[in-house]
Amino acid sequence: MTILQQPQATESHNEDVALSLQNVTISYGNFEAVKNVYCEIPRGKVTAFIGPSGCGKSTVLRSLNRMNDLIESCSLRGSILFGGVDLYGPRIDPVEVRRRIGMVFQQPNPFPKSIYDNIAFGARINGYAGDMDELVERSLRQAAVWDECKDKLNESGCSLSGGQQQRLCIARTIAIQPEVILMDEPCSALDPISTLKIEETMHELKKSFTIVIVTHNMQQAVRVSDMTAFYNAEAVEGGTGKVGYLVEFNDTDKIFNAPQQQATQDYVSGRFG
Amino acid sequence: MTSSGSGHTLCKHALGCMSDLDSRYLLRSRPPAEKLVDNSFRNLAIAMASVVAIVLFSILVVVFQGGLDSMARYGWQFLVTSDWNPVDDQYGAGAAIYGTLITSLLALLIAVPLGVGTAIFITENIIPKGIRDVIGLMVELLAAIPSVVLGLWAIFVMEPFIRPGLELLYQLFNWFPLFSTPPMGPGTIPAVLILVVMILPIITAISRDCLNQVPPQLREAAYGVGTTRWGAIINVILPAAISGIIGGVMLALGRAMGETMAVTMIIGNSNNFSVSLLAPGNTIAAMLANQFGEADGSQVSSLMYAAFVLIVLTLCVNIFAQWIVKRLSLKY
Repeated sequence: MTILQQPQATESHNEDVALSLQNVTISYGNFEAVKNVYCEIPRGKVTAFIGPSGCGKSTVLRSLNRMNDLIESCSLRGSILFGGVDLYGPRIDPVEVRRRIGMVFQQPNPFPKSIYDNIAFGARINGYAGDMDELVERSLRQAAVWDECKDKLNESGCSLSGGQQQRLCIARTIAIQPEVILMDEPCSALDPISTLKIEETMHELKKSFTIVIVTHNMQQAVRVSDMTAFYNAEAVEGGTGKVGYLVEFNDTDKIFNAPQQQATQDYVSGRFG
Repeated sequence: MTSSGSGHTLCKHALGCMSDLDSRYLLRSRPPAEKLVDNSFRNLAIAMASVVAIVLFSILVVVFQGGLDSMARYGWQFLVTSDWNPVDDQYGAGAAIYGTLITSLLALLIAVPLGVGTAIFITENIIPKGIRDVIGLMVELLAAIPSVVLGLWAIFVMEPFIRPGLELLYQLFNWFPLFSTPPMGPGTIPAVLILVVMILPIITAISRDCLNQVPPQLREAAYGVGTTRWGAIINVILPAAISGIIGGVMLALGRAMGETMAVTMIIGNSNNFSVSLLAPGNTIAAMLANQFGEADGSQVSSLMYAAFVLIVLTLCVNIFAQWIVKRLSLKY
């Protein structure tokens, strides 16, 4: 924990900015997936990443807590500042990064352990010293799944339905009390009712956490987010595939009602993508 | 779908000739020949599957019948006594049974951490993929060495190499029953070590496949809550793969108990029962290989009895393995 808190960064940073992407380019091997992203993600708000498939929005999201480290060929240039410290600096331990920037994945992925242990596992790893029963209940309540599983805390997390599993995964992330929660299309595998419940959960969560969400569902972006980043991809000459880039980043209102870029206008009005 | 320009036919069919068969789809009603092929394939599959069961069952029956004489004569005593005297017609397989169990269990004790460790090493991205693949390939090639070659290697290379170590073991720990006799070349410990070499590829290959099958989402979940690599392996990845790994270990145990050639060459083939691991010993498989050639009468019957014991042991191990795999299988 200590390393991240050292004021070793030279750049002065704004307290209202949770994460600051400075000219970030992410490549898989020689292929650049997303290029030259500048973006300041505000603290205590919900930021949505939208854009067509393959534009690199998930890649950017996963780079925010160094989840891309698990992919061997993946490399990043530029810097991502978290509280003024570069997450990709030489002295940064990716494990510590992930303890402070949690993640909810596209597919619900509870551990094949009991519901209770699903929550307690992460908390224990983070050295939680408080009352574990109380933490489990609070986290499950915050993720709006307590009523459905309070009577079966000892059953496997995998016995829940898809929507409940995803809320369990959100509870698991809340339980480690990260400063930022990243959500990678958290509702894409869920039905509309579960989706609605998770969106309600997010409204609650943004009171205490900074949330970054990737979504394919533009209505969802409008419903849950304060800020929206629109990514697009275009073919480059001589390249093998499309390279993603950040087109526009602004208040969600502005992105959907008065976008500055023609590409954003086309996308949000459903004319392509 | 019909091609463009045939809108007329499409229309006609949509409008009310549902019962009419479109004459271009020739197999809407299945001809008898096709059904016959289906049925014969099914019967063929049943026959093939039955052959396996029949072979297993008849082997059991034949070995059991062969051993009946000795079973009647020596009863349970056969399992615990270790006289093996064809001249006096006295037979007891105690030493061989003890040797079978002790060699295979000790071999597992060494090979499981080694094999599972290797599997973890080559499925995690600790070192570049190229090197991992080479290590994996080498371990698999280890399985391709014929056991008689391993036996030769054990006699001429391994045993002389480890002899000083065994001497030391004897000098330091000769008050301990397991090391209470001086090493004299062939013996139980060299046999255990050669078994380790032989079962290591099985354990490694199966463990590697199981670890690779752990869903990547589970791995991400573990890292996502801030687990270290070590924590993820111990708490999430290994538990998710454990049922398959145990299955592999049990297969390896079966292999170790039945392994014949290399063990016969290095274990010393002594029917004198000795607890000491440094003394020459025997296993059921080694005893069978050694004696069937010149055995007759009650000796054949006794060997059949011993063989039956071996079959029952390995069957038990396999059934136990199936049970464990079922018990431990996690749903994910």
